[in-house]
Parts: sequence; structure tokens; C-alpha cells
Amino acid sequence: MQNSFAYFLDQLINGLTLGSIYGLIAIGYTMVYGIIGMINFAHGEIFMIGAFVSIITFLLLGMAGVTWVPLALIIVLVVAMTLTAIYGWTLERVAYRPLRRSPRLAALITAIGMSIFLQNYVQLLQSARNKPMQPVVSGGVQVFEQQGYVVSLSFMQMIIIVLTVLLMIIFTTVIVRTTLGRAQRACEQDRDMAALIGVNVDRTISLTFVMGAALASVAGLMFLLYYGVIDFYIGFLAGIKAFTAAVLGGIGSLPGAMLGGILIGLIEAFWSGYFTVEYKDVAAFSILVLVLIFRPTGLLGKPDIEKV
Amino acid sequence: MSAADSFAAPVAEVPGGGQTLLTVEHLTMRFGGLVAIDDVSFLGADGRITAIIGPNGAGKTTLFNCLTGFYKPTVGRLTLHHPEGEFLLERLEGYRTAQKASVARTFQNIRLFPRMTVLENLIVAQHNKLMRASGFTAAGLFGLKVYRDAEAKAVDLARYWLDHTKLTEKADVEAGNLPYGDQRRLEIARAMCTEPVLLCLDEPAAGLNPRESHDLNDLLRYIRNEHKIGILLIEHDMSVVMEISDHIIVLDYGRKISDGTPKAVRNDPAVIRAYLGQEEHEELPPEIMAGADNAGRSPDDA
Repeated sequence: MQNSFAYFLDQLINGLTLGSIYGLIAIGYTMVYGIIGMINFAHGEIFMIGAFVSIITFLLLGMAGVTWVPLALIIVLVVAMTLTAIYGWTLERVAYRPLRRSPRLAALITAIGMSIFLQNYVQLLQSARNKPMQPVVSGGVQVFEQQGYVVSLSFMQMIIIVLTVLLMIIFTTVIVRTTLGRAQRACEQDRDMAALIGVNVDRTISLTFVMGAALASVAGLMFLLYYGVIDFYIGFLAGIKAFTAAVLGGIGSLPGAMLGGILIGLIEAFWSGYFTVEYKDVAAFSILVLVLIFRPTGLLGKPDIEKV
Repeated sequence: MSAADSFAAPVAEVPGGGQTLLTVEHLTMRFGGLVAIDDVSFLGADGRITAIIGPNGAGKTTLFNCLTGFYKPTVGRLTLHHPEGEFLLERLEGYRTAQKASVARTFQNIRLFPRMTVLENLIVAQHNKLMRASGFTAAGLFGLKVYRDAEAKAVDLARYWLDHTKLTEKADVEAGNLPYGDQRRLEIARAMCTEPVLLCLDEPAAGLNPRESHDLNDLLRYIRNEHKIGILLIEHDMSVVMEISDHIIVLDYGRKISDGTPKAVRNDPAVIRAYLGQEEHEELPPEIMAGADNAGRSPDDA
């Protein structure tokens, strides 16, 4: 059975779905790293908060009697993106902005501190128990069949992949084509100079956190819908995986983050499918080690050229 | 006027002539025990080139840093007489100096956005205009007409400065890959794209060959004559300073030792002493040593 094409296709679909979620989180890491050169280790927790905001909104909508799934999904998406974006903005404002001119290590430690804080904050408010949710989107289409092995693409997987592609297009457009995106790239390359041509650097950095948090919240919503259960600790592993994805793709590069996410998702899915589920994380992180040895700037990252 | 008088009280009128654009009064900048600028007062005029010269460490770049919001002066008032009202530059911080008071600046060590194309460098300089036009990016995201029009205008302005800095053919080259001389001109073009009323140039001729230096003079004259903005110029290259400036301020150890037209400054004993008193002779401007009359003239001498 493992040798059939159907099985391969099944793992491919799983990998792409998982990879989309990782990719969306990875974008947040890579954008923040790009603009302020800092790894925001609390970003995984922002993703987790996105998932919690989603589940709470679903429950509230259920109580309010909104049962038409597409409407509920759109409302949850908007609410989760907005509230999580506010968390992202606050995180930057409260914890990182005061340290803007401090050594990198201070910011890094603060990020780890914020990560621990946010985990415990959610744990205290929501308790440590798993939060299960009924499947909201069910069903799918059969895409392939081989010797009785049916490969289906669920509607949930379709939503995840399509929404990810859509968000990628929107955010790439923002970065490449709009005034805000140009300002972000300017801040990334020379923050003081950006201020001298009139770019409000603080606001540009805030908006970067807002954008990253909004994308992470979408990933949180997807995670919730796909796995049907969340807890306060999901941000840790997902965050580390997404960070790995960002480094694998080349930290600082937006397409790199997406590519890295998909690759990590595929590696995990195929490893689980063909070898052992237990070692899937080892596989993903081993690839990271190999990339860092042979191509330290990541797959799509550009090497820093030191000018003499 | 002796050197002692010239910094004892704020200056009343601009030596080179012209409408006052910038009033610097009693500017002092201390870093701990080090006094980088010591009670400097001067006026800068609209539509004129004001050169700030002096040996290394005289406080020239510190002065620029105070003007452009990098440093907060310890003492002193910096007033910009902007067409839209007066701005106290010492109270504007960071991006507001450029956004509200329209002060632009270039650096001694070039600071372009190296991974953006030449054209993008000039478009990003028009950030505030485009930000307003795009309704803070929403219109830009959806490609609405208001934004496309604003962007087309921004490209026109960029093209205008590309033409005047002879960079049109390199518009799509990444700025970091340009030759040195081109980068210098691009920095000026980018500063001009912010549509400043005051342009601060920190050693724009540094590292240029004589031919490029000559082109730079033409460019600066063109900016002064056609755009009527005030230019503050820090420069060591005396062939540039004497040829194009209308007004020269000489700093030494953070103090103003001379202030006047190029002719007056060239013959000022305090200036000659400051330059000759230096041990390193590399800074020595030949025009000053020779007391030369052949160095070129400012428009007011004519």
C-alpha cells in the first residue's frame, strides 16, 4: 500500500495543508526579523492566541444562533485577525519598542519572556485542559482511487490551501507594490535613513507586527479547524517549526518563509507516512541542521555582503 | 568684525544676502564633558548655498545631526522659516523633521537603500505624499485610480531628478550596485524627491574625481537657482566650496570662527590661523594658503 501513488498523493495533500499553516506563521517571523533583526519568539504564542480567539468566537456565534457555516467562518476570521493583531501590536509596543536601541540579546530574552508570559496568561484564563471543537467543515471530494485506496481532498484542506495562497498574494502585493511595503523595505535596509525621508519608523514596525499577527491568527484558526483540539501549549511546537521554516527558506525572505513552511510540512507528512510518526520532528529539524551547514542563508535568502 | 564678536550674539542678517530660512541661535551640543558645538549662531538663507567648513572634528556633522533630529541640542534654538510657518527643529524628532519641516539630508558615508532599485529609492522618498494619496495603503493595495495617479506623479518627479542627475539609464539597477559617483548623485536626487525647503549635504564631493566634482557643482547650482531652496553644505573640497557657495561659516573646535561671504572668509585671519595651525596639512585648502583671488566667485560678488 505504501508504494502506491495514491498513498503518495494522500501524503502530499496532508503535507501541503500542514505546510500552509507553518508558512503563514513563518511569514510573521521573517517579516519581523527583516525589519528589526530580531527573532520574535513570542510569535508562536500569537498563533496560539489566534486559535483561542477563534474557538471563543465560534462558541459565541453558536450561542447567538449563527449556524450558517460560511458566514460563521468569515466572522471568526475577521474577529480573530483583528483581536490577534491587537495582541501583536501591544506586544511590540509594550515589550519590544522600549528595547529598540538595546543590544539584540535584551530583545531576544524579552521575546522568550513574553512567550512564557503569554502561555501562562492563556493557561490561567482558559485552564490547561484541551479545548475540543466539533468539526465545522466536513466532507470533501474524492480525487483519486487506486486498488480500493481512496484519496480525498477535504473541504477543510481546500479552504486552508486556497486561503493561504490568497493571503500570500495579498501580502506580497502589499510588500512589493504599496507605499507601506516600500516603507517597510526602507526600514529594513536603513532605519535612520527611512526616518530622514519622512517614514514613521515606529508605526511601520508596529504595522509589521500587526500583519504578522493577523497571518498567525489565520494559521491558528486553520489549526483549530483541522485538528479540532487546541491547548495553551500549541504555540510552542508550531512556533519552533515555523521558525525552522523561516530559517530554512532564508530568514527575511517572504517567499522563502512560505517555501520553508511547505517543505517542513511535506517532510513531516512524508516521514510520518513512510517511516515513523514519532520521529517526524527529528526529520524536520535535521533538515534544518543540514541546510544551516551547507547553505547558512537558507534556500532563498541572500548572503550578506560585507562592504569593505 | 572679530571672531569674538561673531559668536557673542545671534547674527542679524545673512552675509550672502537672501531671505532668512534657518536661524540658529546659541546652539550648544555637549556629550558628557565633550563640547562638540559651543554657542554657535548663524543664519542660512533661502535660495543660497551656505557652506560649513572647518577642520575634522570641528562639529560640522554634529550640527547636521542637531538640525535633522538625530541629536537633541543641549542648548539653543533652531528655527526653520518654512512657507507653512515656523518650525523649531530642536523639538522635531526623527521622521517629523522630514515630514513636517521638509528638511532633507545626505550622509558623508552614502546611505542609500542598497537593495532597492534606483527608481524605488526615489519613490520611497515620496512616502508621505503617497501614503496620504493611498489612504494609508488601502487604495494602493486595490490599485485604485487615486493611488495610481499619485504614483504616476511620483514617478514623474523621480524621472525629473533622474534626468538631472544623469541616472535615467540606470533607473532599474539596484542602488547598491551603482558606481560610487552615481551613488552620490542618487543620494542628492533622493533628498530632492522629498521636496525639501532645506537640503543638508554632508561632504557630497568626497571621493569624487575632478570631473564628477565639477558636475556636482553644476547640479548644486541648478538646485539653488531653479528650486530656490536653501542648501547647507559641509565640504572639505575647497574648489567646490569657493566656487559655489554664497555664504561660508567656519567652525573650529565647535566654535564659529568666521561667518561671511567667500571673499571675506578667505581673507579672515582667524580662518587662516585655524587652518595653518593644524598639524595635519592634508586638510589645507590651497586657496586659503595662497589667499587666492582666482578661486571663483559667488553670484553676489558679480
